[in-house]
Amino acid sequence: MSAIVQVKNLTKTYASGFTAFDGVNLDIEEGEIIALLGPNGAGKTTLISTICGITQPSSGQVTVGGFDVVKNYRDARRLIGLVPQELSLEAFETVRNSVLFSRGLFGKSRNVEFVEETLRKLGLGDKMDSRINQLSGGMKRRVLIAKALAHEPRVLFLDEPTAGVDVELRKDMWNVVEDLRKDGVTIILTTHYIEEAEAIADRIGVINKGRILLVQDKHELIAQMGRKELRIDLADPIAAVPDALANYCLKLVEGGQSVTYSYDTRAERTGITALLRDMQSAGLQMRDLQTRQSSLEEIFVDIVKETT
Amino acid sequence: MNLAAIKAIYLFEMARFFRTFRQSIIAPVISTSLYFVVFGAAIGSRIDTVDGIGYGAFIVPGLIMLSVMTQSTSNAAFGIYFPKFTGSIYEILSAPVNFFEVTVGYVGAAATKSLVIGFIILATSFFFVDVTILHPVSMIAFLLLTCLSFSLLGFIIGIWAGNFEQLNLIPMLIITPLVFLGGSFYSTSMLPPFWQAVTMFNPVHYLISGFRWSFFEQADVPVAISLGAISVFTLICLTTIWWIFRTGWRIRS
Repeated sequence: MSAIVQVKNLTKTYASGFTAFDGVNLDIEEGEIIALLGPNGAGKTTLISTICGITQPSSGQVTVGGFDVVKNYRDARRLIGLVPQELSLEAFETVRNSVLFSRGLFGKSRNVEFVEETLRKLGLGDKMDSRINQLSGGMKRRVLIAKALAHEPRVLFLDEPTAGVDVELRKDMWNVVEDLRKDGVTIILTTHYIEEAEAIADRIGVINKGRILLVQDKHELIAQMGRKELRIDLADPIAAVPDALANYCLKLVEGGQSVTYSYDTRAERTGITALLRDMQSAGLQMRDLQTRQSSLEEIFVDIVKETT
Repeated sequence: MNLAAIKAIYLFEMARFFRTFRQSIIAPVISTSLYFVVFGAAIGSRIDTVDGIGYGAFIVPGLIMLSVMTQSTSNAAFGIYFPKFTGSIYEILSAPVNFFEVTVGYVGAAATKSLVIGFIILATSFFFVDVTILHPVSMIAFLLLTCLSFSLLGFIIGIWAGNFEQLNLIPMLIITPLVFLGGSFYSTSMLPPFWQAVTMFNPVHYLISGFRWSFFEQADVPVAISLGAISVFTLICLTTIWWIFRTGWRIRS
């Protein structure tokens, strides 16, 4: 795979002196789904806006498909589709005309069949002649995606695609994204829903205070940075953790019926063997054992905490 | 040149016009008819002629200019302000288009709308007075240039405006007074010398004068000067728009 989007030392400082992001470097591979994860105000939307040409960079360079987004803006922008966070649509226009407008804007010839096919794929087949203001919020979000896809882009930016939508629609939207990936579209999405990034992204970039803290394969990230938890169910409940086990920082759960032990998978020694031995020496009878991987959410919170 | 983008913007804007076609047409027809009733029939009957032209016919070019200038300005201002207001301007800003293509699309549509309204007012006037057009080509050229230049001005206002109040501020406080005081309903020769001199600083006066010449071969200032004034005005507007898109003023952060 080759990088279809390359961001080099990108900085955006506003006239007020506020720096939205500073020295951002990012390579996005063709065909992947990358999620930019960060809290509100982290700089996610500004970064996307700068790549798409809505915001002017202060310094640095962005290329899309090898084209500089400033110097060769026409070639670069033809490859990009953008779905904004806000439901920004012309309320009184029909769905079909709104999408045809977007296609024309990007220099493509009027192709009603293609536009209608795109609308059908997005579940808007029966809404083509409806006016935008007659649609629900979820449908409007789909129209925005259709508009972004109207000129057949190779790269699609989704800015908080499921912000404020219900769980059912969110999962529906994930299916749409998965279908787009199958069509070969590279997808960059921003989100502050960790669950979303975990569910659909190949790679995850964590951004906070205008800096990309890391970009990594989702599974590697969870494996490398994740903490695991060992839960030991006891044959007989205990009122307190014996003094001999104080070093393990065990937590009593289920009214003393179980204890949990947290450990780092990256550590040379996890301490599990020693714990089990010492528990036996302390006279605790074990009934069952189970381990649990910490979620991306917990990892994300840890990373953000480290930088705050 | 992204011709498809120009066409898309133009058609999208014209669609807005056709959605409110009845309202767009009926409003100017009614207001023009009222002007003819008040100024033409009621007051005009007490005025013999102005520069040898019946008063009812004399005000026709001024009435057309009044509507065309205000309509061009407000149509173009609204055309670009509305996407800013709804946020859908992001599409224009992220599309492979330059300032010229965006301007041609929006301003072209606004100018077309006001041109149509101008012709409708002209047609309406035939029901009230006898109007002769001695130089029809010149009349159309002046009308077209006025539609274009004031649509350009409206486009700038639309970009500048931060809210709906500001959107109406310049048309209401500047353009309407300039049109009224620019000789829409009188010849400047009817004014005392001091006010005649003041009128010479009103750019709209040159346009109305040139436009009226196309009808009656009567003008307050030479036609060449009128043509020069409107050309300079158009050039200033175009340069301003070019600067706006180059710097991103009020549209690109």
